[in-house]
Amino acid sequence: MPVPPGHVLIVSLLLFAVGVLGVLTRRNAIIILMSIELMMNAANLNLIAFSRQLNAIHGQVFAVFTIAVAAGEVAVGLAVVLAMYRNRDSIFVDDVRLLKG
Amino acid sequence: MSLAAIAFYLLAASAVGAAVMMIRSPSPIHSAVWLVTAFLSMAGLYLLLEAEFVAAVQVLVYAGGIMVLFLFVIMLVNLKDVSERRVRLGAALSGALALALAALVLRLYARGHLQPATGASTLRVGGNLEAVGQSMFRDALLPFEIASVLLLVAMIGAIVLARQPKG
Repeated sequence: MPVPPGHVLIVSLLLFAVGVLGVLTRRNAIIILMSIELMMNAANLNLIAFSRQLNAIHGQVFAVFTIAVAAGEVAVGLAVVLAMYRNRDSIFVDDVRLLKG
Repeated sequence: MSLAAIAFYLLAASAVGAAVMMIRSPSPIHSAVWLVTAFLSMAGLYLLLEAEFVAAVQVLVYAGGIMVLFLFVIMLVNLKDVSERRVRLGAALSGALALALAALVLRLYARGHLQPATGASTLRVGGNLEAVGQSMFRDALLPFEIASVLLLVAMIGAIVLARQPKG
């Protein structure tokens, strides 16, 4: 491992924090989906760092499964964005408040 | 500092910087391009951490497939005004979360759980792809099949959701 594992964790922490920042501050649904992808990638980085640290291949296998789930999630998410644009003519999430009560 | 360590820090800085630019840029197209940069930098990080197969999958699936999907949708929705109200409270919330996570990592450090790996890596014995394949098709065969069903369900769901309603 080229660097101590803590440094990888800190990189992954920063990426996750940036993703959370994007989800919480942006209102464009496409950017929110992109931020979610970023957070999944940060989790993958942790899985792979610990796979190297503990010398176990299962972390990498789990990372591949995460990527598969992320691909499905993006497909459904973007379909929802398209349906939202067709029905509401907007992709800003604060224009959609059907359940707000 | 070894060459691999320098490459690691450069790629890490590139990934985090691209992520920040993705959050900040007002145009979704620019965000998508920055996100590709971040994904490619992270593929480099995976390579340095001896996960060659995951790095290849990252480039193919994320930088290739998912980003094309994003760009298609950005093109289809064709937003006229890019003015967007941003949430101020969100920045404070995510800052608090980042601090909490950092405290957790530092606590692990203080307890000495995060020592660098000692001993030779066995992740590449017989090739990384073979190691991943052996594990995936022996230990994780059922999850693998479930993942394929999940992708089929996601595909059908996306078609149903995005289809033009009749009439």
